[in-house]
Amino acid sequence: MTEILNALALFSNFVLVPAIAYGSQLALGALGVTLVFGILRFSNFAHGDTMAFGTMLVILVTWWFQSLGLSLGPLPTALLALPFGIAGCAAFVLLSDRLVYKYYRKKKADPIIYLIASVGVMFVTNGVVRFIIGPDDQNFADGERFIIKARDFKTMTGLSEGISIKVSQGLTVVTMIIVVAALFWFLNKTRTGKSMRAYSDNEDLALLSGINPDKVVAVTWILAAALATIAGTLYGLDKSFKPFTYFQLLLPIFASAIVGGLGNPLGAIAGAFVIAFSEIMITYAYKRFAGYILPEDWVSGGLLQLLSTDYKFAVSFIILLLVLLFRPTGIFKGTGV
Amino acid sequence: MISGAKNVFLFAIMAALVVFVGQYQSWNLSLSILNLCLISAIMSLGVNIQWGYAGLFNVGIMGFAAMGGLAAMLISVSPVPEAWAAGGVGVIIGLFILIATVLAAMFSYRKMAKSPMRTFLIVLISVIGYFILRSVVDPATGAIEKVNPASTGYLGGLGLPIILAWPVGGLFAGAVAWVVGKITLGLRTDYLAIATLGISEIIVAVLKHEDWLTRGVKNVTGLPRPVPYEIELQKSEWFLSLSQRFNADPVTFSSIFVKLCYAGLFTVVLLIVLWLSEKALRSPWGRMMRAIRDNEVSANAMGKDIKARHLQVFVLGSIVVGIAGAMLTTLDGQLTPSTYQPLRFTFLIWVMVIVGGSGNNWGAVLGGFVIWFFWIEAEPLGLWFMDVITSGMAEDSSLKAHLIESAAHMRLMTMGLILLLTLRFSPRGLIPEKVGRH
Repeated sequence: MTEILNALALFSNFVLVPAIAYGSQLALGALGVTLVFGILRFSNFAHGDTMAFGTMLVILVTWWFQSLGLSLGPLPTALLALPFGIAGCAAFVLLSDRLVYKYYRKKKADPIIYLIASVGVMFVTNGVVRFIIGPDDQNFADGERFIIKARDFKTMTGLSEGISIKVSQGLTVVTMIIVVAALFWFLNKTRTGKSMRAYSDNEDLALLSGINPDKVVAVTWILAAALATIAGTLYGLDKSFKPFTYFQLLLPIFASAIVGGLGNPLGAIAGAFVIAFSEIMITYAYKRFAGYILPEDWVSGGLLQLLSTDYKFAVSFIILLLVLLFRPTGIFKGTGV
Repeated sequence: MISGAKNVFLFAIMAALVVFVGQYQSWNLSLSILNLCLISAIMSLGVNIQWGYAGLFNVGIMGFAAMGGLAAMLISVSPVPEAWAAGGVGVIIGLFILIATVLAAMFSYRKMAKSPMRTFLIVLISVIGYFILRSVVDPATGAIEKVNPASTGYLGGLGLPIILAWPVGGLFAGAVAWVVGKITLGLRTDYLAIATLGISEIIVAVLKHEDWLTRGVKNVTGLPRPVPYEIELQKSEWFLSLSQRFNADPVTFSSIFVKLCYAGLFTVVLLIVLWLSEKALRSPWGRMMRAIRDNEVSANAMGKDIKARHLQVFVLGSIVVGIAGAMLTTLDGQLTPSTYQPLRFTFLIWVMVIVGGSGNNWGAVLGGFVIWFFWIEAEPLGLWFMDVITSGMAEDSSLKAHLIESAAHMRLMTMGLILLLTLRFSPRGLIPEKVGRH
C-alpha cells in the first residue's frame, strides 16, 4: 500500500503539480491568442514578446517596490506590481494597434498581411525588451518559496517520497481560475462581452446591429495584454524570466489554441492542459515510479523516459500535427480551417 | 524602361556601399559581408519562390537552412571507423525499423476505411515501432558517443568534396518540406506558419542533442574547404608572385583571395538559381502559380490542383533554402547547431523578401544584399548613434553605460521598423513585381 502511495506522491510531485501550473500558464497565453484570433482574425506572432514586454514592466515595478521596502509578506511583490504591468502593456499594445494594425483593418487586408505585420511588431517588441532589460535571465521572485516542502510532507505522512508545492505554482492555479472566471463572466454577461462574441461570430451582422468595432477591438487588445502580462509574470515567477524563452513559448501556446479550436476560449484552456500534461508526462523518466509499483526484477536499467526533455517542443508539435491531420477544427469546434 | 534604369541604379548603390566599406573599413570585412549577402540572396530567392509565387507563409526557414548545414557536415567530414564498428549496425537497423514503421502506418491509412479503429491501429503501430526503434538505437548511439568523445564521438560523414553537399542539402530540406507540406498545405495559411515554426525548432533541437550524428553543441569544426587554405597559398610560388604584382602583403592578400574564391562560387550558384527562377516565373507554370495565388477559387475552377501545386512550390523553395544553408556551413567551415536562431535565420530572411519586393526575383536578391549589409553595419551605426545621443551626459552616468551597452539590440528594432514601414508605405518592395504581359 505504501508503495503505491509513494508512487502516487512521486508522480504528483514531478508530473501532476508542474503540469497543472504549466498548463495554467499556457491557458492564459492561449486565451490571449485565441481572443485576438476570434475578433481580429489573425494569428498574433507577437504574443510571446507581448508576454515578455508585460513581464518586463512588472519586473521593473517590482524592483522599484522592493527598493521602497514594499512587500506582500509571504506572497511575491510582483503581484502588487501586476496592475501597473497590465496598464503599461495594454498601452503598448493599443499603441501598436493604432500605428500598425488599424491601417490594415481599414483596408480590409488579407489575414496573412496581419500575420507579417505581427512579425514586425514581434521584432520591435523583442528589441525594446532586450534594449531595456537585456537578454539575460532575471530573477524577481520573493516572499515565501514553498506552500508545502517535500520534507514536511514526508514527516507529515511518513512516506519516503515528498510532494513540494511552490508558492508560485499555487498562485498560478488560483490566479488562472480567478482570471478565467472573470473573463467568462465578462464575455457572457456584460454588454461589451456580448458584443465581442457577436462580432466574432459574424462581423457584418454585428456592425449592422450598431456594435462599435473600434471599441470591440480596443477591449480585445486590452484583454489580450492583461492575459499576456499575467501569464508571463506567473511563468517568470515559476521558472525565470528570459526574453528568448518567451519567444519559444509561442509554439506551445499556438499548439494549445489550435488543439482546442482557434477562436474558442474554452478550447484554449482544454488545449493548454492537453499540451502541458503530454509535454511533461512524455518527457518524465518513469524509472523510480516503476520501481514502486512493479516487481523489482521487472524494472530494467533504462530511465524509462519516452522522450528526452530536450525535445519538449516536439511534443506540442506532434500533438499539433495529429490534431491538424485528424480534426483540423480542434477538440472544441473553433473557427479554423 | 524607367523602372529598368531604377533597378540598375539600386544595384549600383549596393555595389558602391560594398566598395565604400572596402575602402574605409577593410576589404576583408567588405568581402565577408559580400559573401553572406550572396548566401542571403539565395535564401531570400527560395522564400520568394514560396511567398512571392504562391503566397505560402513559411516561418521555418531556419530549419531548412539547418538541414543544408547538416548535409554539408555529413558529406564532407571523414567517417569514423571505430564509431561505425561500435554502433553503425544498430543505427542502420534503426533506420530500417523507422522506414518499416512509417510504411506500415501509411499502409493501414491507405487500405482501411476511415474509422476510430484505423486511428487506433496507426497509433499502435507508431508506438510499437517507436519502442523497438529506441531499444535498438539507444545502445548503438550510446556506444558511438563513447568512442573518443573529446574529438569524435559521432559517426562522421562520407568524406566527399563539400561542394557535393550543396545539392544534397537541397534534397534534405526538400524532403522535410514535402512531409510538412503534405500535412499542412490545404489548411489555413496560419497553420502552415505554426507548423513550419515548430519543425524548424525540432530540427535544430535534433542537431543540438543527437551527439552521435552531429556532436551536438560540441560542434563539428574544420570542415574541408572547396577553396585553397591561406597557409598553403602563402607558401606557393605563383601566389607570392601574384601578390607582388598587386603590391600587396601576402598574408592579407591570401585571406582576400580565399574570400574572392568563395564569392566566385557563390555567385555562380546565385546566377544559376536566379536564372532558373526567372525561367520558371515566366513560364506557363509561373503564370499558373500566380493565378492560384491571386484567386484560388477561379484557378480551382479552371482545373488546377491547388494542393499539389502548393506542395510542389513549397518543396522547390525549401530546396533553394537548403542549398543556401549548406553553402553557409561551407563558408563557416563548421557546423555549430547553437548558432541557428530564428530571428537571424527565419525572420531576417522574411524582411529581405518583403523589403526587396515579393514576387520579383531581382527584388529578393537586392533585399538579401541590402538587409544583410545593414544587419552587419547596424552595429557600428547604432553605436555611433548612441554615442551621439549620450554625448551630453556625464561620463559616469549609468544611463549612458546602459544605452551604449544595449546598442547591439538596436538591430532587432531597426529590422522590425524596416519591415513595418515597408509593409505600410511600400508593400510591393524596392523592386515591385511586374504585372501584365510577359
